[in-house]
Amino acid sequence: MNLTFATAGRVLSQLRGDHRTVALIIVLPCLLIGLIAWMFDDQPQVLDRFGPMLVGIFPLIVMFLVTSVATLRERQSGTLERLMTTPIRKGDFVAGYGLAFATLALVQALVVVGFATWVGMDVDGPLWLVLVVAMLDAVLGCTLGLAASALARSEFQAVQMMPAILFPQLITCGLLMPRDQMPEVLEWLSRVFPLTYAVEAMTSLAAGDEWADIRGAVGVIALFIVGAMLLGVLTLRRRTA
Amino acid sequence: MVIRGLRVVRGGRPIIDGLDLRVPAGSVVGLMGPSGSGKTTLMRSLVGVQDKVTGTVEVLGGAAGSPVLRRRVGYMTQDASVYTDLTVVQNLRYFAALAGIPDGAEAVAAAVGTVDLGGHEKQRVGTLSGGERSRVSLAAALVGGPDLLVLDEPTVGLDPVLRRDLWAVFRRLAAEGRTLLVSSHVMDEATQCDRLILMRDGALVADTTPDELLATTGAPDAERAFLALIDAARPAARPAQGTGPSGSTGPSESTGPSGSTGPSESTESTEETAR
Repeated sequence: MNLTFATAGRVLSQLRGDHRTVALIIVLPCLLIGLIAWMFDDQPQVLDRFGPMLVGIFPLIVMFLVTSVATLRERQSGTLERLMTTPIRKGDFVAGYGLAFATLALVQALVVVGFATWVGMDVDGPLWLVLVVAMLDAVLGCTLGLAASALARSEFQAVQMMPAILFPQLITCGLLMPRDQMPEVLEWLSRVFPLTYAVEAMTSLAAGDEWADIRGAVGVIALFIVGAMLLGVLTLRRRTA
Repeated sequence: MVIRGLRVVRGGRPIIDGLDLRVPAGSVVGLMGPSGSGKTTLMRSLVGVQDKVTGTVEVLGGAAGSPVLRRRVGYMTQDASVYTDLTVVQNLRYFAALAGIPDGAEAVAAAVGTVDLGGHEKQRVGTLSGGERSRVSLAAALVGGPDLLVLDEPTVGLDPVLRRDLWAVFRRLAAEGRTLLVSSHVMDEATQCDRLILMRDGALVADTTPDELLATTGAPDAERAFLALIDAARPAARPAQGTGPSGSTGPSESTGPSGSTGPSESTESTEETAR
């Protein structure tokens, strides 16, 4: 457990030193939400409906990319090999990354939700739940990124993992078309993707639902996090060729 | 360190094929050999990160790479594997924490002193010179106070002054009772070791001491002694050579210097691989 915290602290120190990445992670979603607010200035219901979804999707995408590249960097620089000769357990490594990025995600969610509210986003449900779901999404993105990085042998491949793993989810999650209007097969497919539940939770919060209404979706996201973490641990090899 | 019948396969091809080796604790052991001779693979097997390893590899009385051992072994990879976006102290504090030292301030300060990086503590590793970076990497390996240090070419690319200083550090660490396995292909460094292990094509060419090496080959310096041994072992790999493979296995030369531990077996295994 201590080594999980040591690893999380180390990853956070790395992030603290990288002002540009932190700025991108926090400012970029605000900028995009600002664009939407501006574009639909005379139709505030658009921001009310899509704002929370975007607040849930941004952290997933960003954390996925950042973690998969960070892990690949650890593999290529030899630091991962060195870590594997120390008492650290593979779970410490995965959980350490998850914890560090969850912390960053909390900051991101606070700033982004604050900004979105400021530019006119109205959430009928409790705002703190929007924060919680956004953070869970970030952790999910992080753990998915860790698992995906095991499949990538180069930076090129690592970056391609994002469209490969996230785009199908984006298309079927209900953002482009309500899920009940999709062809049946696609609707079924959307149910096995974690992003669907993130968007579902956010949509229902936007419509004024409470904890009791979204806890099922939140539970599924949590299960996916656990699953992705296990996958991340399993794909991490102590012994390599 | 006890190695029996070590065999490592990489990319479908055996890199090390039937290696036997015994190394006593508390000494500086030089692992010498041309590049591609299997030095790094052997080291990776010893620290437990090498895949497809068969045979017995025991370190400090335990199986290589076992959880208990990982606390007692420090490994320095060939390239400086530290976090370039962290400062020297941030790096060392993390590796101290991994080794189970909760408040690492003292250990970190000691490690910084050992590798003579005082004054650079707050500097980011990415802004350090190559030599300084590899010393941070060395410090990261020894900050946990390991009993065995496995150092893969720690002095490569360093200037002579730094090399001399580092070898002084190695001697000091050994005097504290630690065992150091140091790989190199700079043969001058061989003379600073207590024992020498010479490898070629994944097999043991000799397990000897610097004095013995010079005495048995009759060469004026370590470099030429090494070349003599390597050349003596070579015809096994190149049977087409005119001098004839039978004489070239050169028992007088190749078996002679190594004396104690099974060099004859290793020469045989080289032949097997060649065929």
